[in-house]
Amino acid sequence: MVRQRAEADARTYGYYLNPDPAFLQSLLEGLKKNEERYGYPSCPCRLASGKFEFDRDIICPCDYRDPDIAEFGACYCALYVRKDVHEGGTELEPVPERRSLEKQSRAYNVAAGKEEKPATAAKEEASEIKPKLWYCKQCGYVVFRDEPPYTCPICKAKKEMFAEIKKRINFTG
Amino acid sequence: MQFSKVSGKKNQHKVVLYALSTCAWCKMTKQFLKDNDIEYTYVDVDLCEEEDKQKIRQHIQSKGGPLSYPTVIVDDNVLITGFRKDKLKETLGI
Repeated sequence: MVRQRAEADARTYGYYLNPDPAFLQSLLEGLKKNEERYGYPSCPCRLASGKFEFDRDIICPCDYRDPDIAEFGACYCALYVRKDVHEGGTELEPVPERRSLEKQSRAYNVAAGKEEKPATAAKEEASEIKPKLWYCKQCGYVVFRDEPPYTCPICKAKKEMFAEIKKRINFTG
Repeated sequence: MQFSKVSGKKNQHKVVLYALSTCAWCKMTKQFLKDNDIEYTYVDVDLCEEEDKQKIRQHIQSKGGPLSYPTVIVDDNVLITGFRKDKLKETLGI
């Protein structure tokens, strides 16, 4: 199930899965375990908070995959790799963490908040994340995220083709 | 906090590994240390109590490291982020 999903996603985006069968198996097991314990397949190589709203950006395929593959040939955990890596032409090095320290810290702050101020602390933090509506100027795809995607999942346009939708609907007339 | 100890003949350095139970790179690091007969202790951070996670975070950040796993701390002095064979070999004299 996890494997099929990853294979299908790699095909869609023109990527490959890690060519080392044992390493790949290990990553897929990690993903499966996270899906079982959190309810979503967060990155096996990152500490998740267990709170969906804090972990959304690291649910596989994570928000950082596309820029990491473009720059380093693999995503952070190396589940997805570029063609040249798949074919064995490029040696893989550890990929530095692109996720902001602020977001990483949420996996730890959730815990602190729980102990000192139950519920409210976590709620306040969650409200700091402000997703916006973005649309792809090329194909019209609309997405509700903190940032537009690296490439449009529909037409593969680059991030620069996305613009924020600032229109508001006024219900009071 | 419950550290697991892995015995090895090469025990002149104090090697502490912070890992994630689901992480393939962390598993490779554990295997590499074991294969080279290095004595080390490790803890899987994702399986820790919340207050221990905070302590680990403080420990890693006090050594100037990013919050990435695996993190290896040698002699409470040298911090190595990620599975870096070259750096591990150099630091541990393998």
